[in-house]
Amino acid sequence: MTASAHSNHEDGHHGEGHGSFKSYMIGFVLSVVLTVIPFYLVMGDILGNAIWTVAIVFALGATQMIVHIYYFLHVTSQAEEGWLAMSIGFTVLLVVIVMTGSIWVMFNLQENMMPGHEQIEQIRSLP
Amino acid sequence: MAAADYSRWDPVFGKLGWDIFPLNEPVVVATFVGVAVGGTALLAALTYFRLWGYLWKEWFTSIDHKKIGIMYMVLAIVMLVRGFADALLMRIQQAWTASGGAGYLDAHHYDQIFTAHGMIMIFFVAMPFVTGLMNFVMPLQIGARDVAFPFLNNFSFWLTTSGAVLVMISLFVGEFATTGWLAYPPLSGIEFSPSVGVDYYIWALQIAGIGTTLSGINLVVTIVKVRAPGMTYMRMPVFCWTTLCTNILIVATFPILTATLALLTLDRYAGTHFFTNDLGGSPMMYVNLIWIWGHPEVYILTLPIFGVFSEVVPTFTGKRLFGYTSMVYATAVITILSYIVWLHHFFTMGAGADVNSFFGITTMVISIPTGAKIFNWLFTLYKGRIRFEVPMMWTIGFMLTFVIGGMTGVLLAVPPADFVLHNSLFLVAHFHNVIIGGVVFGIFAAMTYWFPKAFGFRLAPFWGKVSFWCWLIGFYLAFMPLYVLGLMGVTRRLSQFEDTIYAGYFFVALIGALFIAAGIGAFLLQIFVSIRDREALKDTTGDPWNGRTLEWSTSSPPPYYNFAFTPRVHQIDAWWHMKAEGFKRPLENFEPIHMPKYTSTGVILSGILTVMGFALVWHIWWLAAVTFIITIAYSIDHTFNYDRDYYVQPDEVAEIEGNRTKLLAAEGAAQ
Repeated sequence: MTASAHSNHEDGHHGEGHGSFKSYMIGFVLSVVLTVIPFYLVMGDILGNAIWTVAIVFALGATQMIVHIYYFLHVTSQAEEGWLAMSIGFTVLLVVIVMTGSIWVMFNLQENMMPGHEQIEQIRSLP
Repeated sequence: MAAADYSRWDPVFGKLGWDIFPLNEPVVVATFVGVAVGGTALLAALTYFRLWGYLWKEWFTSIDHKKIGIMYMVLAIVMLVRGFADALLMRIQQAWTASGGAGYLDAHHYDQIFTAHGMIMIFFVAMPFVTGLMNFVMPLQIGARDVAFPFLNNFSFWLTTSGAVLVMISLFVGEFATTGWLAYPPLSGIEFSPSVGVDYYIWALQIAGIGTTLSGINLVVTIVKVRAPGMTYMRMPVFCWTTLCTNILIVATFPILTATLALLTLDRYAGTHFFTNDLGGSPMMYVNLIWIWGHPEVYILTLPIFGVFSEVVPTFTGKRLFGYTSMVYATAVITILSYIVWLHHFFTMGAGADVNSFFGITTMVISIPTGAKIFNWLFTLYKGRIRFEVPMMWTIGFMLTFVIGGMTGVLLAVPPADFVLHNSLFLVAHFHNVIIGGVVFGIFAAMTYWFPKAFGFRLAPFWGKVSFWCWLIGFYLAFMPLYVLGLMGVTRRLSQFEDTIYAGYFFVALIGALFIAAGIGAFLLQIFVSIRDREALKDTTGDPWNGRTLEWSTSSPPPYYNFAFTPRVHQIDAWWHMKAEGFKRPLENFEPIHMPKYTSTGVILSGILTVMGFALVWHIWWLAAVTFIITIAYSIDHTFNYDRDYYVQPDEVAEIEGNRTKLLAAEGAAQ
């Protein structure tokens, strides 16, 4: 804002469009395909195996996120001199750390520290 | 007088009533009398000297990053006095009761004091200190004219102040939390803390937390976007690197704190069961979440301080920093590692051996990059021409003290050892060792180092040295006994003792606290003496320490536009390089400078938000709703204010720069 008139970064914005008609269409079609497949798998009960269905739905969901980030949010390795991609990467890293860490920790704590109903009853009925 | 009744509610006054004033606490009443007298005298003096207009126009509404930085420091110093008063009260109580006396604080009051002490010292002393420092120094070091979002900067400062005001109000109106500084549920839940104490805690932190997050975004963008031409990342001073990493940590972690506290708020206000014992809630989840914020917070405080020492050591040894690249990578590694150690704050809560050993090992690993930094400073000192000015004394004091704190930290990182030491005074001694020996010593080094840049005259060294020795001796006397007591098994947060065998240790700790009080007194005296002798301590060169980085290339204090021409950077230690190349100040051909305009929006919005916080604490719903609507409306209105910037005309720049040329010439003639 203030000193940015002298910043050496202002050149970085030239030549980076915010997507063309073609790229939006590719993104749109990919999104539709990635949405339809899970619906098809679940509603038609194609695989007959819940675990595989869930795994595939999750994998397609993750792909869907990447498609959105790439085609609609225009996060490429060149955008904003790589800062966008880097900050997305950092965010993903943190979210993964926080979520997997919390699940791991809380699962552990739950198992060790929160006795089940029948355990409490057992202790209550001790002689 | 009986305790206040917090179960009543009135549609107009909420939970307010005449019994909420703590008139039954003589200590609080005496404090109130002191504050009322002192406050009235201050307000009268400001009115008598007609300073209100000046303060409002030149400071409160200012969006100059330098003035905002200074205001952050003033806030931190004021709150340091409050937080330290709490510390002294606790030391007196413990020395008294440990030697067989009854003490003078009841348990309820004592609990409020240790909660307020911890919360104030972290959020309203250490945080404003480092934020103020980053605000003042970083834009100057990267050759910028201001931060990326100048209004947001002002707003962030006033939000932080707003939180501090709410905490201070809790001293006289109602009461503060009795839960400890992180307000663990179920104790902080509505069932066990039915009073307004925890609500004060929550709303003060929510308002101040928004300020901190906004300031974090602001400073990250500033570093990414408005560096001077030629200043690539690997040419930035190390302080800018640590500022960048710190603010990335702030942006990534403060939302976790906000979300966690919001869930606790729902538990207290809306009857949900996120963190309750029953109906599917898990208090352990709160502990888990709050430490995912809490551990990076430790590094939010210490990383900028590592940056300070990385500036002070090269300047006062006259050498470039040893291992610049390794310093940068160590900072980045600490940034990432600080995210995967949080469980070491609750090893004893009951996770399995595999979880505990994972987090124990990651905690120990973090000492490697920190150790690398210590070695880098040592190697910078090696064979340097060291000038033992006051900032250098703080630096040496830091290196000796912080290493002890680091080693006790590694000790605590061993899960089996932690089962013995957890919640003991050993832990209290450890974190005071790293916070005082690290952050506080670093802040004093930084204030002494950059004071001439901020005000145009140096701090009187004599009282600085007195302050340093009082702090150093005071720290060791106050906290080494706590290590011993912790090993003997004394737990933290005790207001009464059965046994008198600890009396000697607590008495020594009290003496230490008195030394620290003398250190704070000497610092305040130092400021007073320096202002009195400002002519003798004057710095006309703008470069009093023979510095190496860009902030020393401009005058002291810098003009409001910082640099008449944006500097061009060719090397690390840009100003040192410019001096070596025989840099000449440009004296003509000035160009118009684009600058932001001052605005009162930040002060006004924060004032309204303070009222909203107070209304929410006391369940005055109509007032909360009204102030919330005003806040939103006023914010939207501000977005339509297009009259935000102006151009400084070249003749004005020429006049300011001409005055400096005359000063420099007079200086040259005198020598």
